[in-house]
Amino acid sequence: MSAAQATAAEKPARTAADFKSDYKPIWCPGCGDYSVLSSFTKAFALLELAPEKVAVVSGIGCSSRIPAYTSCYGFHGVHGRSLAAATGLKLARPDLTVVVASGDGDGYSIGGNHFLHACRRNADLTYVVMDNHVYGMTKGQPSPTTEPDWDSKLSPGGTGLRSFNPLVIALAAGANFVARAFAGDPNGTAEILAEAMRTPGFSFVEVMSPCVTFRPEQREWKSHVRPAPVKPTDDSALAARRLMTDDGFNIGVLYKGDRTPYQPPMGKGRKTPADLEKGFSL
Amino acid sequence: MTKSEERPGRHSVSVAITGSGGAGVMTAGNMLLEAAAQAGWYGLMVRSSGPQIRGGEAAALLRLATHPVNSLDDTCDVLVAVDWQNVHRFADEIPLGAQSVIVGDPDQGEPPEVYLKSGARYGKLAMKATAKSIPGSWPNMLALGVAAGLVGVPFDAVKAVVGKSLKKSEALAASIAAVEAGMKAAADLGGAARLAPPVARTGAHWLLTGNQAAGFGAIRGGVRFVAAYPITPATELLEYMAPALTQVGGVLVQAEDELASINMIIGASYGGVPALTATAGPGLSLMVEALGLAVAAEVPIVVVDVMRGGPSTGIPAKSEQSDLSMAVSGLHGDAPRVVLAPNSIADCVTTTQWAVHLAEQMQVPAIVLSDQFFGQARAVVERPADEPHAAKRATVGANAEGYKRYALTESGISPMSIPGTPGVTYTADGLEHTERGIPSSQATDHRNQLAKRERKLSQADYSRHWADVEGEGEIAVVTFGSSTGPVREALARAKADGLNVRLVSMRLLAPAQPERMAEALRGVKRVLVVEQNWGGQLHRYLRSDFDLPGEVRSFRQPGPLPIRPAALHRELVEWSRA
Repeated sequence: MSAAQATAAEKPARTAADFKSDYKPIWCPGCGDYSVLSSFTKAFALLELAPEKVAVVSGIGCSSRIPAYTSCYGFHGVHGRSLAAATGLKLARPDLTVVVASGDGDGYSIGGNHFLHACRRNADLTYVVMDNHVYGMTKGQPSPTTEPDWDSKLSPGGTGLRSFNPLVIALAAGANFVARAFAGDPNGTAEILAEAMRTPGFSFVEVMSPCVTFRPEQREWKSHVRPAPVKPTDDSALAARRLMTDDGFNIGVLYKGDRTPYQPPMGKGRKTPADLEKGFSL
Repeated sequence: MTKSEERPGRHSVSVAITGSGGAGVMTAGNMLLEAAAQAGWYGLMVRSSGPQIRGGEAAALLRLATHPVNSLDDTCDVLVAVDWQNVHRFADEIPLGAQSVIVGDPDQGEPPEVYLKSGARYGKLAMKATAKSIPGSWPNMLALGVAAGLVGVPFDAVKAVVGKSLKKSEALAASIAAVEAGMKAAADLGGAARLAPPVARTGAHWLLTGNQAAGFGAIRGGVRFVAAYPITPATELLEYMAPALTQVGGVLVQAEDELASINMIIGASYGGVPALTATAGPGLSLMVEALGLAVAAEVPIVVVDVMRGGPSTGIPAKSEQSDLSMAVSGLHGDAPRVVLAPNSIADCVTTTQWAVHLAEQMQVPAIVLSDQFFGQARAVVERPADEPHAAKRATVGANAEGYKRYALTESGISPMSIPGTPGVTYTADGLEHTERGIPSSQATDHRNQLAKRERKLSQADYSRHWADVEGEGEIAVVTFGSSTGPVREALARAKADGLNVRLVSMRLLAPAQPERMAEALRGVKRVLVVEQNWGGQLHRYLRSDFDLPGEVRSFRQPGPLPIRPAALHRELVEWSRA
């Protein structure tokens, strides 16, 4: 049963509209990220969160513009470091719901190392990567998930490099929740995001979010995606095998573990600096 | 002649204990320092070691005195070598004189020529064989005993310190027997520089390293979140803070790299928790981009840079003041930041505490330039007063009408909204923005925000803390950081010769305070700029951002050799006669 069904009977405390800001997005018409923004706000409403208790943290790129389009606390930092900023925020303020927005360039290329360690650290974050296999903000360069033969001005004839499989890497690195969503289904994505936020630990949601400007062929994704024909597993090896052998269009929660989230005991110690200085006294 | 000079013995004695890594020379050095401290003296111990993790050469460089010390002396009075393996590599760091005494183990070979040619007396003590004859003891305890005996640190004080650190009774008895044997050997070796009796210390005193001092100062200032990546010579600062933070309700997180650590502390501070990271030059280089984010998004953070030899990996375990240029000007865009430098080990407490205060007050990044000399040196210091430098950040309450995060206030400081506060949400942004925080590339917004961020720093009151200004005279020395110790000592010697020299030891390096500097240097005709780096970074900075009066000279030398008081004293005397 979904959170949407659970709350359908009573009037939700807030609607998705309460989580939208009055700031107009800079995205191109038809960009998948509009739908992802709508899924964010729907998920917050589903979970009956208060905007001031949610922080949306991002790096640089088209998808990273999301924080300011919500009415939550937002943090739009430097390129590739959203997970680091979000980790610091969550560990210092465990009371907040921290959602991280990124893209395939920001998250997998410049921010690749933080991705590995965020999975491994397993802080209670929800990491949403809007993947369109291209750097859109800099107008069309190949990213780590771009096909090897995709032609561009920066890499004429293609990079010749095989693309990266972020979901399998997340599993290998220890993410506690792994899902794939599709921007063309904002309600389904909202439910996946809500489940990711409800699940303790590091939740990774890869959202296929078409770039209609530089990758117009991605409009066809909507005819390829399908609900994953399998239930989520708690066996990471099985989940990895499925992900390494599917065609990349299976949508849904694919893996759900039960690792204890990383949360050092912030605010627990009761000593004062005056107590500490005794250690230096002669 | 002052009263203290009538006492027998010297007011300051320098001792080096050396050996290959693992020989326990740092342990012996620390015990000697602690014993002298417990017996009432002041002291300083600087660590020097080769690059090897284990088995490399190591030297504990101590200076024990009847007065507080913040600098190594010109010559070393006693050199005790547990063995001679690679100890010749310390020749420059252990300058001996004809009055010095070398104690070596004849079974480990002759002292290197580089030491013998000083004319120092060589005394033999079979440390390894003697240790073997006392089952359960080690040669370093003999070295401790002989060093203590030669300079006159009493047996009871050493015994108490050894007893405190060795819990097992068998090892304890053996170690004490070895110390005793060492002290007896010292008596047989005859005269060496002996310490004058301690002058009673007044007030509370601490024994700590500069890294511990900076870590404690940060906690005293209110820091409760630290994220960091291990790096020499900053690691001990973090190792001090990890358990200390837990005790006071904070946390330390080990990050995957320096890019992560600085972005983590920005995230934590955005969440309302005063935050810090500590690193060395290579780490600071990696953090430069995020420092700019903290400037633009107005998130207070503190970065302690424990400087070491550079560029690149440089000389990791040895000191140099060569990150100054990067700290004061190493960000893209017009990015006002605070740069501070402690000028003694005790001041590592006060200045780091002040850094937290300034960062929080002005919502800016503050860089603290400590260095390996301070960081890894351990000293007896007067307890640094708890200055009213507690972190105070201007914040906004719930549902404030028409709240603008980056409002153009007169002071430039705009109250910050802390996540969790309803009705005042905003997005912190590294993009240029409007007063509300909405990204903007418009000329007016850029100009307004640049001016606001600059105004915060230019209008702040840095009070007397901006520099230590001491003495009178037409010659002045301008310096910063760990060079201040030898400068103060050289100035005291100059004064004894009748030459008055003014001191300006800059604690606040950025924003530049040209008016205060002009006031401090009023009437000065000659300025000597002293620093420990190759290129004269402070000299250049002063030339570009300050108006210095009269003739200006640069006195500089790169690390790892410390600036010695004698060289400075000579320079000042010669210049005054020119």
